[in-house]
Formats: sequence, C-alpha cells, structure tokens
Amino acid sequence: MNAIVNIVSLFKSAKDIFPFHGGVHPPENKAQSTQLPIGQLPIPEKIVLPLRQHVGNIPKIKVSVGDYVLKGQLIAEAEGTVSAAIHGSTSGTVSAISDAIIPHPSGLPDRCITIAPDGLDKWIEKTPQDWRNAERKSLVASLRLSGIVGLGGATFPTHIKLRADGKSGVHTLVINAAECEPYITCDDMLMRERADEIVKGVAIAQYLLGAEKVMIGVEDNKPEAADALKTAINKLNAQIQVKIVPTLYPSGDARRLVHLVLGTEIPYDKRSTEVGLQVFNVATVVALYRYFELGEPSISRIVSMTGNVQKPQNFEVLFGTPMLHLVQAAGGAKANTTHFIMGGPMMGFDLPTAEVPITKAANCIIAASPTLFEQPPPAMPCIRCARCADACPVNLQPQELYWFAKSDNFEKANDYKLFDCIECGACSYVCPSDIPLVQYYRYAKSEIIALDKAKEAADLARERNDFRLARIEREKQERAQKHAERAQAGKAEAAKTETGTKAEPKIDQSDEKLNTNNGLTSGADDAKKAAIAAAIERAKALKAAAQTEATTEQKVKPEKSAPADDAAKKALIAAAIERAKAQKAAALATGNIPKNVADAAEPVKKEIAEIEARRQSVGLAEPKEAELITPNNTDAAADKQALIAAAIARAKAQKAAADAAKLAQSDIKTEKE
Amino acid sequence: MNRSPYISNAPSVGSIMFKVLLALVPGIAAYVWIYGGGILVTLTLATITALAAEAAMLKLRKRPIQPFLMDYSAVVTAWLLALAIPPIAPWWLIVVGTFFAIVVAKQLYGGLGYNPFNPAMIGYAVLLISFPVLMTKWPAALQLAQTPLSFGDQLHLIFSGVLPQGVQIDAVTSATPLDYLKTQLMLKHEVGSITQAPVFGVLGGKGNEWVTGAYLLGGLYLWQQKIISWHLPTAFLAALAMISGVFWLVNPAHFASPLFHLFSGASMLCAFFIITDPVSGPTTPKGKLYFAAGVAVIAYLIRVYGGYPDGIAFAVIFMNICVPLIDAHTQPRVFGHEK
Repeated sequence: MNAIVNIVSLFKSAKDIFPFHGGVHPPENKAQSTQLPIGQLPIPEKIVLPLRQHVGNIPKIKVSVGDYVLKGQLIAEAEGTVSAAIHGSTSGTVSAISDAIIPHPSGLPDRCITIAPDGLDKWIEKTPQDWRNAERKSLVASLRLSGIVGLGGATFPTHIKLRADGKSGVHTLVINAAECEPYITCDDMLMRERADEIVKGVAIAQYLLGAEKVMIGVEDNKPEAADALKTAINKLNAQIQVKIVPTLYPSGDARRLVHLVLGTEIPYDKRSTEVGLQVFNVATVVALYRYFELGEPSISRIVSMTGNVQKPQNFEVLFGTPMLHLVQAAGGAKANTTHFIMGGPMMGFDLPTAEVPITKAANCIIAASPTLFEQPPPAMPCIRCARCADACPVNLQPQELYWFAKSDNFEKANDYKLFDCIECGACSYVCPSDIPLVQYYRYAKSEIIALDKAKEAADLARERNDFRLARIEREKQERAQKHAERAQAGKAEAAKTETGTKAEPKIDQSDEKLNTNNGLTSGADDAKKAAIAAAIERAKALKAAAQTEATTEQKVKPEKSAPADDAAKKALIAAAIERAKAQKAAALATGNIPKNVADAAEPVKKEIAEIEARRQSVGLAEPKEAELITPNNTDAAADKQALIAAAIARAKAQKAAADAAKLAQSDIKTEKE
Repeated sequence: MNRSPYISNAPSVGSIMFKVLLALVPGIAAYVWIYGGGILVTLTLATITALAAEAAMLKLRKRPIQPFLMDYSAVVTAWLLALAIPPIAPWWLIVVGTFFAIVVAKQLYGGLGYNPFNPAMIGYAVLLISFPVLMTKWPAALQLAQTPLSFGDQLHLIFSGVLPQGVQIDAVTSATPLDYLKTQLMLKHEVGSITQAPVFGVLGGKGNEWVTGAYLLGGLYLWQQKIISWHLPTAFLAALAMISGVFWLVNPAHFASPLFHLFSGASMLCAFFIITDPVSGPTTPKGKLYFAAGVAVIAYLIRVYGGYPDGIAFAVIFMNICVPLIDAHTQPRVFGHEK
C-alpha cells in the first residue's frame, strides 16, 4: 500500500503537480464569453458605490451631497485596519448618500454614494510611484489609499496581506489564475489581453512581499491565457513559473492551489503567510500595477457577463455601474431570464434585484433561466453513499456534517471540522438525493457563531448585572441611612404623640417588612417605604435594562455590532428614566405624605390602614407610585387600582421570570453543546 | 438568497438502484439456467410484496408515495432476499420475509436512509430462524436432480406445495455444498474425499459457481459505473480468502480451500450487492475495509464453527451494529489538519 502511494507521489512530483483530494468537473461553459474581446462600456447615467464592497469595516465617507468629484478621487477612506478606500469611478456630482440595495445575498439595503456623472470622465492628477526606489513601508501605507481588494471574489483588502512594516517572511508568491468556476472568464480574458500588465504587477507584488519565487497557477482549459503569460514573461524577462494545473473544481481555492503547485498543505489554523506563502489573484496584481505605475486607484474591474444573454462577453466595468447597463451591453437578457446570479454557478448567489451596482466582488454576472439552471428536484433522504465525501476537496465527511447540522448537533459538527468547509458546493453537486448540503453548513456555521456571541453577551450582561446590583445595594443603604437621619430629625421636631419610633439605620429587608408593618404609619416608616419603593423601582429598571440588552444582543447578527450598542444605549436610557421616576416618587413621598398623614385626622388614618390591609390581601407586595402619592383614595377606586396594580405587577414578574428562564435555558443549551 | 450550487451532476437515487437491479440480471439468468424458472416466481412475488408494503407504509407514515416507490430501493431489497432463499419454497415464505424486511427493518426505522440494518438480511434472518427447515430445502441443480422439475412443476410446487406425481422431495432438492461439507466433516470425513461428491464443482457448488461468477460480473459492472467503490468487495473477498487460506494451509483435510469459500454460498452476492448497501454500511474508505473484513471473518467462522451452513446474514447484521463505531474511528485526515 505504502509502496503504491510512494510510486504515485513520485509520478506526481515528476509531473510537478500535487493533486488534492476530491474535486469535481462541471461543464465549463466558458467558451461562450471568450468569443469577443474585453469590451468597454459607455459612462452610465449614474454610479452607485456601496460602502460595503470588501471584507471588513465600512469606510468613512469623505464627500457630501452636491460635491463635485473627479475620476479616481478618494470619496471614502479606509477606517480601521481591515477596510478599503473607495474612489469616484468617474467625474461628476455626488447626488445622494443613501441606502440602496447592494449585491449581497441578504438583499438588504446599505449605505451607498451616488454620483451623477458629468460625462467628462475627468481624472484626478495621477501620481505614479517610483516603487522600485521606494521604501516598502511607505508603499504598503500608500496601498491603503488605493482601494485595492482581492478581486478573485474574496475582496479582502490587499494592504492587509502585506505587513504594514514592509517586512514579511514570504518566500513564494502564488498567483491565482486557476479560475476554476464554470462560466467565469474574466481572468482568462485578462491574461489573454493584458499579460504584460500582469507580469509588471507581479513584479510589484513580489517586491512588496520580498518573495524569492513566483508561480502562476493556470488551469489547463486556458491554453491561450497560459501562452500569453509565457510570451509576456519572456518579453519582460521575468522570473515567473507558469504552472498548468488540471481543470478540476475547486482548484482556484487558495489552499487547494497552493497544494497543487507546491505540494504544501497550509495548516487549517494558519494563514498562508505563516508558512511563507502569499496568494494573489491575477486581477489583483493588475490593480497593483495600475496603482503604482499609472497612479490609478481601484475604480474598475473585468466582469464576465454571460449566461442567458444575447452576446456573452467580458467588459471592463466601472465600480458602481448599474448591472442592467452591463446586461444591455451584452445584447440584453433573453426572454426567459428569471433573475441574475453574481459569481459562478457553484458558489454564486441570486442577486436580490436587477437594480444593483457592479462592485469589486463582481467577477461574473450570469443571467439565469429555468433551462440553464434547472430547479432541483425535492431532496430525498441521505443514503450515505458518501459521494460527497469523495468529492470534498477538504476531505471532510459531508454526510456526517449534514446529519449533525440537520439535528442541530453543533458540537459534533464542530468536531467534524465544519469550519474547515469552504462551501465550494462540490458535495451538493454530486449528491444523488439532491440535498442542499452547503445550505445546511451555512446554517450550522451561522448558528454556532450566533450561539457563541449570545453566550458571550449573556456572560457579559450577567457580569454587568452583578456589578450593578452590588452598586444598588450600596446606594440603597446610603440613601436609607440619609432618609432615616432626616426622618429622625423631622420627628424630633414633631409632637411626641407617636410611639414606637424605632430608628432603623439600615433597611435591607424590603417587602416582608412592609407587609408586616401595621397600618399606623409613622413618618419614619413612610420615608422608609418610599426609599424602599424607589430602590425596588431602580432594581426593576436595571433588571429590565439588563434583560433587553441580553436579548437584543442575542438576536443581533455577528458582524453587526452597532445595533447591539444601540440597544444597550437605549436600555441604559430607559433605566435612567426609570430611576428618575422612582426618585421623583421618593421625593414626593418623603416630601408631602408624611406631613399629610401625620396631620391627618383619625378617620383618614383608619382609611389608610384599611387600604393597606386590602393591599396585603390581594397580595400586592410592592407599593405603587400612585398609592404613595394619593394614599387617601376612596375605597372602591383604591380597591380597583390595587387589583390592577397587582395584576400588572404579577404579569411583569411572570414575564421577567419567563425571560430569565429562557435566557438560562439558552445558556444551558450552549454549555451542553 | 444564497442557494448555490445551481448545477448538479448526480444520478438520482432511483437510477443508482436501477443499475444495481441491472447488475443482478446476469446472476438471475444463470440462476434460471441452472435451477429453472422458479426463481422468477419468487422474484416477482418479492417485488410485488415489497412495493405494496412500501406504499402502504408510506401512506401510513404520510410520506409521498411516488418518489419513494420510484427510487427502486424496495425492489433491490426484495430481489436480494429472493435470491437468498430457496426458489422452490412455498410462496408465502418470500412474502413474509419481504414484508418483514420492508415494514419492520426499513419503514419502521424511518424508511430510505434511516435503516441501521440491511433490510434484506433482517428478512433472511427472520425466515431462517422461524422456518429453518423450509430455508434449507434448496433445489438441486437441474443437471444433478434425479427428476428435473419443469417451470410449470416449480410454479405448482411454490403455490400448492405439491410435487408432480411420483416425485419425492429428496429427488428434487439437495444439500448445498456448504451444508454437505459441514455435515460430512461432522461425520469425520476429510475435505478431499467430501469434495468428490457430485454437488461440488470446480470452484464451488456444481452449477452454482456459474451463478456466483455472474454475480461477480454484475459487481464489476457496478464498480465500473462508480455505483460502488472497490473497498467493500475487495476487502471482503480478500479477508475471506485470507482467513480461509490460513485455516486451509494449517489443515487442508479439515478446512475447505479459499477458492471454495469465495465461490460458495452467498459470498459473491455479499461482496458486491449486500455489504455495498450504503445506508446500513460505513461511509469512510478505511471503515469500509474494516466492515467488509469483519463480515468475511464472522461469516467464515459461522460457516466453519456455527450452527448454520452459511453465516453471511448474521455477519452483516452484526457488522451493521458496529457501523457508527467504525465510522467514528476511521475519520480520514482533514486537509490542513494533523491526524
């Protein structure tokens, strides 16, 4: 067995290619869009630039409505480490900064800058850089202003891939030109037509990384592209090795490609740079060339417009160009077109509407029709045939992962390396039962992330709550002491008719004490009561605040932390309001009532006593604001009020208990799993 | 909405099962040639019972009937069971067995994809335990029978239990080679002399070796069609050859040759059609090797030391129990992970 493996690996190394496990070979459908050269589009009527075009923080807007911007002008700058700048893709006036539907699977609107082009397409002053004689550090810093992101589809800001200090341990640069997904040909056409730019861009990337060796991995279904590259390499006398890899999806996945060309398996928990490797998409290096040698920031890309259109073709498209503009340029969509897909048929997604702009991630737009992409038949049960496992390029066991995801057994899914899944779709592609496996994995991943977040949030909320409760206790005691002192002083002034003046400096027993109190309320007792009531109100408010915080945070999507902060803020405000109310009540109580009661005639006191007794009988533990303020209510009204208040209090308590139970349960669940 | 991939290139479950049925055809043809047409009656009865039971259960379980009937998985179970029991047994035997296999062993566990045991083997085991005598009444190969039965005679026998005038049951049945070997060994005869008996052929049982050979052919077709991987059949046959080889080398007088074991009983059917049931088997490549080897070893031990002439069914059921364990401990190394 081992001998056979050795012989096979010998054979492989002789071929200089190191295959990965699995993979599939779907019909390529690439020829349709490579018949025509890369086309140019007229300037569209409007440019809509979403701020969210890359992985990471959304950039900070640097223009306002009405501003005139030039082509290539920075209109939003990178915010934080992982972020990318956005530039005006043509000259014109900023006509709106508003929310619009962006090309994202969620279909949600997001902030966009809209430019009304003036048709002049006027550039800013271009500042090419003499990168060969510049410090790497300053070049990397300048890259932050370029807006360049990984154009293979990952859209990871490129300046992050180069260390800010200009140093890196990268010895080999791998250029990803595999373009393994069916239909997509933008990289193919780029290589055919602009191989020189690629070779020049590679030189820059190599310099920035300090890499000794460069390899370009091209699938063997793109012989023209490979030839063009070789010609350009020879012409420019570059030291770049073109590696022809077999056409097998997903060879364009960075880790798979590295394995293919170098035989290196990047450990699952390491970045490629940690093993001295870096991977750049072929289109990204062209963007580097344009930025450094021509002074042009990232404002356009090549997009394959294919599928159910009259004339499939690749176009150079300005970012922000309405997608329909591109469809039009390809001769328009055929009659039975149902919708559009961004990306390839293996990993792409349905665009929420046709009214979306082209962004940095848009490598391919496919017009879809029922004949092109048949509706999959209803899923049958998994028969454990393990074809998915044979196809998995990561060597996972998709059938097991499916089972765990389906039964919400997330811990097991994690054990079976769910997070190593690259969602390439090879498993679904070969599944005889037509199970949408990748959807199950996406679901399980998002659930696990959400659960982790929720647990974190709950822990944080609990911690905060404990701290608050301690503080409340301290404040309560301080306040009670103050009240007691004041009450005592007031009583000394009053006549000595009252008896049983027990000055209690500390009031830490609350409800019980109140209930056992007799109806003959003294000034001190009232003050005490008011203080307690205020404290209870505060505690309630805080509890409510803590709960809202915990529950809202639980619902919030992992990547969006802003709403959670909002919720927390809101909850805090609500708590503050509650506190103020409680304080007001306390002030009212301490300020007015004692005097009134003290001065009241005997029948009034009796009535108060009766009310107290009734309140106890209906089980109202906590005194209500209203009652404290107007203790001399008539019988019927007081009765009703007391009952209503009691009901409300009970309902509130029940809800709080239910919420707490739910939270506790979800915690237990998380811990269990 | 992210619902990629949009394309698929998978044969349906139905087409996979259909190819399995297709692969059984050479074996069935050889069977008819050697033993007469009775098997066709049994196959038909099994098919009808399986489909009816499946449909009824799907209806009771409120599941869509059409897609599940059209996946042919019930028919595969029916055929495997029919091929495993004597073709001249009374009609109700196969009906009871198939009914049990589909209703209890498959549908009560949740239907397609959820049965932990191979339904055909459960059906077989139930029949073997409940009706041991009927299950050993195998017809003699036509060329060996004193009075070969015509198709009409077999049909009559199956439905009425009555043999043609003047024909004794012993004249139409014969012990299988495995059975014969076992009883003769108990009588202290040696393998060399036992295998001189007319029931023995070159490889296994006389005539029967053609049937097993045809199964092998069908199995190779399934492998070529990528319906089954090489792991299970290879590991099963290799393990069976190895264990029987060791015993045979130690004492050839008391233990039959590996070749005999490979071509006798249900070995070939097991290697390519029974243990290759994906639902009740392991999924990892290494797990398949362990599973198949386990079946081979247990089946051999039952053949040699157990109370039954063949032990495939029990071996398969036992190894089915071990599948979760096998799968859990044979997980392949994930890309980028240390083992």
